[in-house]
Amino acid sequence: MNVIGSGSFWAFVGVVAGIYTILALGLQVQFGFAGLLNFGQVAFMAIGAYTMAILVVKEGWSTWLAAPLGIAAAGAGGLLLGLPTLRLRADYFAIVTIAFSEIIRYVATNQGDLTGGSQGTIALGPVGSAAQYNGQWSGFQHHVQHTLGFSSPDAAMLVIVWASALVLLTLTWLALRTPWGRVLRSIRDDEDAAASLGKNVFAYKLQALALGAALAGIAGLFYAWQFSFFSPDDFEPLLTFFAWMILLLGGVGRVWAVPVGALVFGFIFAGTRFLNFAPFSWFASDERAYLRLIIIGLIILLLVVLRPQGLLGNKREMVLE
Amino acid sequence: VFLQLLANGLVTGSVYAIAAVGVSLVYGILRLVNFAYGDMMAFGALITYGVNGPLHQSMVVATLAGMAATAVLALLLDFALWKPLRARRAGFMSLFLASIGLALVLRQALLLFGSAQPRSYRVNPYRVFVLGSVRLSEAQVIAIAAAAATIVAVGLFLSYTPTGRVLRAMADDRALAAVAGIDVGSAIRIAWIIAGLLAGLAGVLAALVEYSFDPNFGFQLLLPVFAAVVLGGIGSAYGALAGGVVLGVAQELSTWSGFAGGVNPVYKPVVAFAVLAIALLIRPQGFFGRARVA
Repeated sequence: MNVIGSGSFWAFVGVVAGIYTILALGLQVQFGFAGLLNFGQVAFMAIGAYTMAILVVKEGWSTWLAAPLGIAAAGAGGLLLGLPTLRLRADYFAIVTIAFSEIIRYVATNQGDLTGGSQGTIALGPVGSAAQYNGQWSGFQHHVQHTLGFSSPDAAMLVIVWASALVLLTLTWLALRTPWGRVLRSIRDDEDAAASLGKNVFAYKLQALALGAALAGIAGLFYAWQFSFFSPDDFEPLLTFFAWMILLLGGVGRVWAVPVGALVFGFIFAGTRFLNFAPFSWFASDERAYLRLIIIGLIILLLVVLRPQGLLGNKREMVLE
Repeated sequence: VFLQLLANGLVTGSVYAIAAVGVSLVYGILRLVNFAYGDMMAFGALITYGVNGPLHQSMVVATLAGMAATAVLALLLDFALWKPLRARRAGFMSLFLASIGLALVLRQALLLFGSAQPRSYRVNPYRVFVLGSVRLSEAQVIAIAAAAATIVAVGLFLSYTPTGRVLRAMADDRALAAVAGIDVGSAIRIAWIIAGLLAGLAGVLAALVEYSFDPNFGFQLLLPVFAAVVLGGIGSAYGALAGGVVLGVAQELSTWSGFAGGVNPVYKPVVAFAVLAIALLIRPQGFFGRARVA
């Protein structure tokens, strides 16, 4: 298959891995550093992407104003989810967060006048017109492309996404070295001990949840720009599970394990497209799509059973219990 | 209309309740929130379809076959996956993630070998029972009857049989039960068999009530079932029953026009979670749950 040799295909894989890095970094903040079992991460991605697209198309805002507002909306969504639910037991919290992400998807599907409904963002504008939200973004992307002398806009996107991911990773890494980050990890390790030292456990957890949600919002923006179109079906719980798999692959509790996990995941996900030899060639191509997800599910299972600390994780600091 | 909605709610609630008891039972014994339960339901429904359709057996035989097959699947999974994880003393988080991986594998395998096209059992969807102003299809009547029978059977089993006592003791305190000489391994297998039978039954009933189904439908059912489990207090079988019925009725009644104009029916799943959110704010451990589980 000559797709394997094509640069634009691998640029695409790289962009998607970069977006997943940012999404999973949010989970790392929430789970790896605050111990929160958020299984609704994809909802914040959806909130970020939809807020930006709606403001640009319906309200005619500049992308550069709408994008920060999308991130803020995702963060605010985290606060809103956390206020009633963070006092719940961990298992209840996990279930409620999945439910939250499905509610967001339901609302996006059924409130057609706000979101374009199941047709997706193309139906955001007036009837009969194909709405576009990424005009200004494409301009910026082309500007970057010409400044760097690249031949394709895909390469420019790759650079933008990974530069953003590296900045966010560095900021998160630095934040965890502040007193704030140390308190967060002490809460993860022993909530009662942290509370007995006078720390407001609830406030710290809420901040971690909102911060991780805002990171997911950023991932949502890049997702929207990369694909120039999205619909509620792009935000199924499956995406949250992919982010969890990245977290597990890399290692829980390590900031720099996230991009490693995302790249490995990207290669697995892209690589399983090329399973066109026996026994995989016995299946039709649409059946191989199921096979791909079976393989991903099996990898999650094997990781949990065999290597709960991930590829780079430290068994002494953080093991899945 | 109100009575009709109430009856529909009881039907939906019955299906939720049966599934919720299975989820809750496994949680009580193993501290496992089983994300793959919906796909086990789909597995039972599909096996039943295979026996009912291509093999031309009656619906009763097919349902029993589907339930038995799901119980066998549950046992096999315990042996291949959950037992090794128990041996490693895996905690809630590992178990939950493993169940998510398992759910992916199961659902995609069902799609791979069963194909995604919708299918229906060989039943007559037009046979209707009329009770006053309420009309119920045969499938709906069967669902309510099966749920009532299951509720009684599970209740009697847990309350009065020695095995039921063992299961309740283990749900209370597994370590203490083991110290008291209870064979933990066989009790766990019994719990899986019951959970598998209930998953198969709930899957078939859900497929009957919805008339047509495909291998994906288990996941769509899973979230309301989880909501029912949490509403009742996770780990409590009776709570799960109550939670299932309450959610089913609340979902249907929310569309009643006499109730503030009624909610758009597409938002029924959202109603289930709104009920759940409100209930958790008032009573964070659920109706029957304990405040903290060690």
